[in-house]
Amino acid sequence: MSCELPRTMIHGYLDGELDAMRAAEFERHLEQCPECVTALESQESLRSSLQRAELYEKAPAELREKVLSSLRPARPIPFAARRRQNTIAQWLAIAAVLLLLLYSGWRLFPGLGQKNNQTALAAQIVDAHLRSLEPGHLTDVISTDQHTVKPWFDGKLDFAPPVQDFAGDGFPLTGGRLDVVGGRTVAALVYGRRKHFVNVFIWPSGNSDTAPSSGSQQGYHWIAWQKNGMAFWAVSDTAAADLDDLQRLLSR
Amino acid sequence: MSEPHQNEGMVEQEAPPALNPQDTERFNQLVLPHLDSAFNLARWLVRNRTDAQDVTQDAMLRAYRFFGGFHGGDARAWLLQIVRNSCFSWMEKNRRPEQEAEFNEEVHVPNSITPEALAIASNNRERLTRALETLPPRFREVLVLRELEGCSYKEIAAITSIPIGTVMSALSRARQQLQVALTSPSREEAAREL
Repeated sequence: MSCELPRTMIHGYLDGELDAMRAAEFERHLEQCPECVTALESQESLRSSLQRAELYEKAPAELREKVLSSLRPARPIPFAARRRQNTIAQWLAIAAVLLLLLYSGWRLFPGLGQKNNQTALAAQIVDAHLRSLEPGHLTDVISTDQHTVKPWFDGKLDFAPPVQDFAGDGFPLTGGRLDVVGGRTVAALVYGRRKHFVNVFIWPSGNSDTAPSSGSQQGYHWIAWQKNGMAFWAVSDTAAADLDDLQRLLSR
Repeated sequence: MSEPHQNEGMVEQEAPPALNPQDTERFNQLVLPHLDSAFNLARWLVRNRTDAQDVTQDAMLRAYRFFGGFHGGDARAWLLQIVRNSCFSWMEKNRRPEQEAEFNEEVHVPNSITPEALAIASNNRERLTRALETLPPRFREVLVLRELEGCSYKEIAAITSIPIGTVMSALSRARQQLQVALTSPSREEAAREL
């Protein structure tokens, strides 16, 4: 007789990850299923072999030193250690010089501020992406159905983000949530890409359409564009080419 | 109109940004204690201690630069997520032929493996190490996190970005493959030769 329980249950039981009810149910099942008893014994023996073999490798002292010394120069000189006689006049002078520099920079390179804005926004977007990957943060509405996700945003936002599923093109919609970027509430759509997640942040910008621009920060790629008065930012740890594909799908 | 990729350069060449003293203190208290965990995961993912040291150091610097984005919670999981991402980028760049092989999810443990046979096969550190190293990276990762690092399913899901509902089945497949690798040395040797 073949066991009808899913094989994976043994692992949940072994790892203590079944809830009390399912664990009790599994134990009752063990009493009458020699197949599962054998499988569980194998797994227990594999686990104890792994434990006995002491495979865990601690960081070598050499690495610890390297890490510590590479972080050390970054430590700012404690303020308390400085002489506190800096007068207000000194600070005002510094502020005046900075203002002058900023102004002349702006006069010389008018596009500079815009680019810095985008870099700063990219950092926020990557932050928001990382936050979303913390347990339980990824989606507020879990659904692969665009007709469930879209109405979910109604009444939560003062705009209607375009919601489409691209499962057929390798980007299944997995859900959506509200997020905050640059101090405003934005829609976040979550797409799967193989084992990765892509966050697409959308908010109304009122700007005219632009071609996509892209970049990467801390190993996360992003791509940004404007369409129909909305700003779109897609971010993920998947390949940059994947984001290009998703961008094309979203602007179809 | 596409802008050049920014911040693509190696992190180690840039000076770490000055976190304010409180954040530096928090980083030292919350993140640095997990350096062993970081190295252990990197060692089993990149399968080489020297490279693991480089990748870990790179990841620690990333973590430091990125600490502003850590809003409390599980610091170990937060760090390990950065470490595993660094490892996967490294493996992507330094791909070895055997890593090209897509993992075969259909492998079933032959019924002939008895717990006794498995116990004998796995009673050898060298052999266990090799068997673990022949597994596809995504299987090594869940096994190392669960068996060596003692992570819960929830933590594994957070670190690897796989949905929590599939952690159990990923572990189940990883353990099956480990059993197969342990009990069929010819197959294991063949994989090493590639």
